Amino acid sequence: MVTELGHFAVILAFAVALVQMIVPFAGAHTNRKSWMAVAEPAATIQFLLLAFSFAALTVAFVTSDFSLRLVVINSHTSKPMLYKITGVWGNHEGSMLLWVLILALFGALAAWFGGNLPDRLRARVLSVQAAIGVAFLAFLIFTSNPFLRMAIPPLNGQDLNPLLQDPGLAFHPPFLYVGYVGLSMSFSFAVAALIEGRVDAAWGRWVRPWTLLAWTNLTVGIALGSWWAYYELGWGGFWFWDPVENASFMPWLIAAALLHSAIVVEKREALKSWTILLAILAFGFSLIGAFIVRSGVLTSVHAFANDPERGVYLLAITAIFMGGALTLYAARATSLEAKGVFGLVSRESALVANNVLLAVSCFVVFVGTIWPLVAEMTTGRKLSVGPPFFDMAFTPFMILLAIILPIGAVLPWKRGNLGKAIRPMRGALFLAVAVAALVWTLQTGRSAMAPIGALLGVWLVAGALTEVWMRAGRGDLGSKLRRMRNLPRADWGKAVSHAGVGVTFWGVAAMLAWEIEDIRVALPGESYQVGNYEVTLQDVRRVPGPNYVSTMAVMEARRNGELVATLTPERRIYPVAEMPTTEAAIDNGVLRDLYFVIGDPQANGGWAVRTYIKPYANWIWAGAILMALGGTLSLSDRRTRVAGGARRSPAAAVPAE
Amino acid sequence: MIRILLLAVMLATPLWAVQPDEVLDDPVLEERARELSTGLRCLVCRNESIDESNAPLARDLRLLVRERLVAGDTDEEVLDFLVDRYGEYVLLNPRADGVNLILWLAGPVSLLAAVVIGAAYVRRRAKAAPTGAAALTDDEQARLDKLLRD
Repeated sequence: MVTELGHFAVILAFAVALVQMIVPFAGAHTNRKSWMAVAEPAATIQFLLLAFSFAALTVAFVTSDFSLRLVVINSHTSKPMLYKITGVWGNHEGSMLLWVLILALFGALAAWFGGNLPDRLRARVLSVQAAIGVAFLAFLIFTSNPFLRMAIPPLNGQDLNPLLQDPGLAFHPPFLYVGYVGLSMSFSFAVAALIEGRVDAAWGRWVRPWTLLAWTNLTVGIALGSWWAYYELGWGGFWFWDPVENASFMPWLIAAALLHSAIVVEKREALKSWTILLAILAFGFSLIGAFIVRSGVLTSVHAFANDPERGVYLLAITAIFMGGALTLYAARATSLEAKGVFGLVSRESALVANNVLLAVSCFVVFVGTIWPLVAEMTTGRKLSVGPPFFDMAFTPFMILLAIILPIGAVLPWKRGNLGKAIRPMRGALFLAVAVAALVWTLQTGRSAMAPIGALLGVWLVAGALTEVWMRAGRGDLGSKLRRMRNLPRADWGKAVSHAGVGVTFWGVAAMLAWEIEDIRVALPGESYQVGNYEVTLQDVRRVPGPNYVSTMAVMEARRNGELVATLTPERRIYPVAEMPTTEAAIDNGVLRDLYFVIGDPQANGGWAVRTYIKPYANWIWAGAILMALGGTLSLSDRRTRVAGGARRSPAAAVPAE
Repeated sequence: MIRILLLAVMLATPLWAVQPDEVLDDPVLEERARELSTGLRCLVCRNESIDESNAPLARDLRLLVRERLVAGDTDEEVLDFLVDRYGEYVLLNPRADGVNLILWLAGPVSLLAAVVIGAAYVRRRAKAAPTGAAALTDDEQARLDKLLRD
């Protein structure tokens, strides 16, 4: 019963979205206030309907309603409750429902908090948002309906893919989707602005919080996914340059560029048409990502739904929205003239450089991702593009970005002096070089990766701190600290995010450069030395789990005879899904992770064991958390909220003619 | 080795990446083998190198790489050998020849183009006269001149 209501609610939401797409748009065109006013209630109703149908699907999963096809395929009565709930989006159909729910949520948020927008712009934004909703709801209803029933319900389900039964992975899709789908808001704003033919500082202010929200969630989502790969896949890799990872990384890069260029629009009324283009492309990469993940044209470790028919439909959605928006852009972009004038050395130029590097690095990832497809279609050469290529082609851009970032961040607007900007940064530079030299001497005869990571990491973190210190002005320590406390949260957000980039740089470089790996056969009771640690395989036993059987090893790590950690790596077999998984055991630390994996039993009664010492591993994700924290701080800034709440009459905005 | 394989099959568990019995005694050769392995695709897997993969084929390839190295092949010869057998699909690092040059040059060329366009834009903004809201009308200019004179 609830299921039918949920099904019905989705169809109703589709109808509401159609109305929301057409009526306000026509109203904005003919200047009818009552028609435009349809947008807000429609957005709210669409969201409530989809929230209800999502709840209905969740109920079906929680109560293990095996008359539903989706529940049969993805659930099982013995599955823990947490994974019954997260199982709702652990599959293609359910995740699409989550996707349209978040899409509607963003539309509703724009309706609720968009009171300050000019009526016509708001009507158009909500109409474009509804158009995206129509496309995806049609996709959901016609190709991926989660509410299909079984004619003969089985007694039990087929269980969720065991790899997905994990907290890290269970919670990363919602974050990722808020990121992907949040970029639809920037897209809607860009298209609405193009239709209006007007982009001004106010537009830059309106679009930035949405982008910031999307980017922050995308950061958390990507970090969770990478953290999951680190502890779940059994050897501690954290990034594979897999098509699906790239699918989330490309919108992230473009959104980061968009965040920065929108500042230039807001403060200086320059880079307008470029910012519009970025807003369109950011969502375009989200759509391409959905296509890559769900069509199966590119093989990946993460993809869960491989269905060519769906792929064609998603490709059509991407083509229509990108084609339409870019055509509109081509027709209107020239009318968006820049106003601000700035010198060669200025904050504006630095932000242009930031955009150049982020956009080109994204393009490189894009070309690398689709190259196997393109090469095979055009020349018939069947080839692979993997991590060695991406590491080589992508890293230089990030290094350049890290070098210019701290300087660019303190350059004044309009016109600056490079010497003056560098002077206060001398301390940070000196520190960075000193630490890098120290690292270089401590590690003899190894790669340059760790010293370079140290150089850039310290440079970024010290640069961010120096900036906050400078912003606190002159005077004694007390007044400086007081002023620091009173700095706008956006300034803190900027410093924290930029420092986060440095922390991640250091984590990646140190872990890749200094990792220690040990592979061997150990008999129960045997001890061996890895790095500074003495590892003992105490015991291996069989342990039953709720919906799996585990082979669990008990391993001890000692340093100078003192017990540091007792770890229990496992190998699990999920009988229902007939799938084994490796559960590495990790002792997390600030300076290093101990990462133990138990393998196959050997003929001599021993076990294959792998022992890793991964230095500074957690810094990678700590940096990502800092980036997201910075985004949140900036989002909570009074000025952002004022930008969202300040009533600006449409007359105050100057047409960009 | 066959006994290990049998045991593994009996327990219905996969083999996983680099087994202890594969490791070469010579640490230098082993290092080279690992380095090569990370750049070779496991052909039956979704998107994994043979260094990471659990598949039996990946194990065979790992052993093959080590066999060639022990036989005295250079890294390049090992790669050529594998490409001859399995096609260039096996290489995770595509070779920079033929159409692949487009892939390899995409980064540098687009960076160059972007820098040129960006620099041109910045130069234009540096030279542009203030327009729109920032520009002054004749009346305002006259008032400003007057104020400045006074």
